[in-house]
Amino acid sequence: MSHLLEVRAATVEYGTVSAGNHKLAVNRVSMVLPGTASITAIVGESGSGKTTVTRMMLGLLTPTDGAVLYKGKDLKGLDRRGFTRFRSEVQAVFQDPFSVYNPFYKVDRVLMLPLLRFGLCATQEEAYQRIRECLEAVGLRPGDTLGRYPHQLSGGQRQRLMIARALSLKARLIVADEPVSMVDASLRATILESLYRLKIEQDVSLLYVTHDLTTAYQIADRIVVMLNGEIVEEGEPESVIHNPKHAYTRTLVAAVPPPDPGTNWGLETDAIAP
Amino acid sequence: MSETILDVRDLQVEFPTPAGPARAVTGVSFSLRKGMRLGLVGESGSGKTTTVLAMMQMIKSPGRVAAGQVLLAGDDLLAMSAKQIRRARFSRIALVPQGAMNSLNPVLTVRAQIEDLLEAHGAQSEAIQRKRHVTDLLLRVGLAEAVADQFPHQLSGGMKQRVCIAIAIALSPQVIIADEPTSALDVIVQKQVMQTLIHAQRAVGAAIILVGHDMGLMAQFTHVVGVMYAGQLVEIAPVKDIFANPRHPYTRMLIASLPSFTSRRVFRGIPGVAPSIVNPPSGCTFHPRCPRAEARCMQEVPSEEVFGNEQRVRCHFAHEDHNVAFA
Amino acid sequence: MLRSIVTALVREPMLLAGILLLLSIGFFALLGPLFIDTSQAEVGSVAPRLRPSTQYLLGTDAQGRNVLAALVRATPQTLKIGLFAGVIGLGIGCLLGLLAGYFRGWADTIIRTIADVIMTIPGIAVLVLVATNVRSMTVMLMAVIVAGLSWMYPTRTIRAQTLSMRERPYIDIARLNGIGGLELVFMEIFPNLLPYIAASFVTAVSSAMLATIGLEALGLGPQNELTLGMMIFWAQSYGAILRGLWWWWSPPVAMMALIFIGLLMTSTGMDRMVNKRLRVES
Repeated sequence: MSHLLEVRAATVEYGTVSAGNHKLAVNRVSMVLPGTASITAIVGESGSGKTTVTRMMLGLLTPTDGAVLYKGKDLKGLDRRGFTRFRSEVQAVFQDPFSVYNPFYKVDRVLMLPLLRFGLCATQEEAYQRIRECLEAVGLRPGDTLGRYPHQLSGGQRQRLMIARALSLKARLIVADEPVSMVDASLRATILESLYRLKIEQDVSLLYVTHDLTTAYQIADRIVVMLNGEIVEEGEPESVIHNPKHAYTRTLVAAVPPPDPGTNWGLETDAIAP
Repeated sequence: MSETILDVRDLQVEFPTPAGPARAVTGVSFSLRKGMRLGLVGESGSGKTTTVLAMMQMIKSPGRVAAGQVLLAGDDLLAMSAKQIRRARFSRIALVPQGAMNSLNPVLTVRAQIEDLLEAHGAQSEAIQRKRHVTDLLLRVGLAEAVADQFPHQLSGGMKQRVCIAIAIALSPQVIIADEPTSALDVIVQKQVMQTLIHAQRAVGAAIILVGHDMGLMAQFTHVVGVMYAGQLVEIAPVKDIFANPRHPYTRMLIASLPSFTSRRVFRGIPGVAPSIVNPPSGCTFHPRCPRAEARCMQEVPSEEVFGNEQRVRCHFAHEDHNVAFA
Repeated sequence: MLRSIVTALVREPMLLAGILLLLSIGFFALLGPLFIDTSQAEVGSVAPRLRPSTQYLLGTDAQGRNVLAALVRATPQTLKIGLFAGVIGLGIGCLLGLLAGYFRGWADTIIRTIADVIMTIPGIAVLVLVATNVRSMTVMLMAVIVAGLSWMYPTRTIRAQTLSMRERPYIDIARLNGIGGLELVFMEIFPNLLPYIAASFVTAVSSAMLATIGLEALGLGPQNELTLGMMIFWAQSYGAILRGLWWWWSPPVAMMALIFIGLLMTSTGMDRMVNKRLRVES
């Protein structure tokens, strides 16, 4: 089976050398998301380029060099129909559950619009039926969420609503950029579980972008570690976490506070790293 | 660890709403010894930030402290006049507020901001003394002397946060409160900032209150952990005890929901939503979400029981042991 | 919905007072002619230079007009110019600002340059040019010219707002929903600018009125129609101040003051209300 999404030696450059503001947000990054449903995690700190890679994969940003291919076809060369197909099959869940909703409209709109526009449902009734099913699939009650304005829902509800939306569009790939970092700790596991179940039950792939190594370890089939726009390590979670090869990965793993008071995290050292 | 430096007794904070008073903090009591690190953990809206703001008389009207005492070395902070509390802030009890690094004055150098504080409290009147003190502080938080003459936008997030910690210890307070000091920082920088906090604590001999939602961080940083839910302190215990034998169901669920490098593909979220503080559930506020709840929990408010090594819990079934083996 | 508007108004007394003041002025302008004989606003219709009395509440002016009648005739004209110029100016400003801010590129450069250049031209110069080349200046022509001179500032400010709004995540989501181009601008960005536009509207109207009155007082206004600014012009031309005919120039001045106070209170009140809501929400 061909790859679902492939990034080939992509580079994203900003500014120019002469102006002194040259920046390589992404430097010759190549990545493959397999055709069978899988969860890939991109882990990196701020400035690592992971968000830029995300925007490239969503077609919101064209790379300065290299290519992004969806189901084998370059995004740049897609015709209108092909691009609409791409848009409906690759969906996003963003970090901030507050600002992903247009505060002017009820939340129904962001759910309904793409269903009708991408031709997935013929009528409004059909669309509402599908939306209700998807809401229940992520643990939301349609009566409590539909017909409301964004500010009337909690952060957790809003985030789950976005996942329901991706689900309703029969997305093949959900690109989630820090989907739980702005959500309460107790709710994170629930939301991650809904994303995990999407892979198991609905064959949906997930690209999980985060700075949190532990959740990446929890949910991913593969972990990719990025630093300064480049991929420094990738592999199965077991080997990346328990047997890291790159020094940066080792530092990342060591920086996570283990939830066991008995383990020594190395906090009470004499010197502080600058 | 020695004498008690901070004693919070029965703190109660209310906000008036059209539907009645919202009890943001109810009956919160804890004490701090010198050199101790206390963690206050809870979901957003649990009242942990409100608690620490109330302690420093920083609750904005129409919210008010309805009851309680905050005894700092014997002096009740809540009973102080506006002038007295202003003097006490930063000189006796300091706060590194949420998002502190974003509230550094962008048009002043680091030096100017620290000196601002020193001047306001009448400390170090001579310029040369001030200069030395600023350098001293920066070194204490692991920053080079040159940072003093830089502006906030020239510093990274971690460095800015360390500047905020330097400001917090500038007047050698007895208590330092850090409210989510690392929430916006990358994990490597987070560790550095936490190390800085410990160094800062050692330098001035203060006690620390860390407010946050990351139990993993609490496990590594604190000596005592207090769990807050809907404005109440539902469990407070030495960190080893609370992780080895969490007696409140909410604590157990919080710990269970933590992702770690020991298990994959296991997700244990806490179902339900945080309760309204205007119209809280009857009896025990946690009962709607509690897996252990019985009829009794809907009717009776659980009173506080003490176990073993100062483990205080508010639950009808706190006596049940749930020894957790941590791999 | 209506109840929340009413509660919001009651909580913000300045806004309420401003709106009530403007409404009363509006009633005066619209319903005045029903109670007061506006034919007495014609030149030579009554005996001139009479002090205020029970018969002529505001006296008469040197040209034989009943001042009160003149006020009733002039107020709606001034309001008309202000509203027209304000609405057109803001409307154009919105459109150009949205397009420039969202699409950027050469459209932005062109719009921005034109706006910046015209902003520097003093309105008086334009009006003098037009006035000297036209047979008779009318209220409508004035309104059009003032409108043409008042779109630039809204364009710049709305462009700035649009620039920041287009970076919001919900705009990304809209693009992922297949919405693009003009539809995005008008369906996603524009509705969120409405509070800002409402506040700008008041400013636009008051600055349009101020510009108009200033130009009229200088004698560049419509000679054959009566507006508040023209009343001042005539009063000044006929030496009302020197001759002590205070009842001629003070009513239009007072009316203008009331209009501006009403507009100021409304805009300050709206500003406070929006800020309060922002503060509570955060």
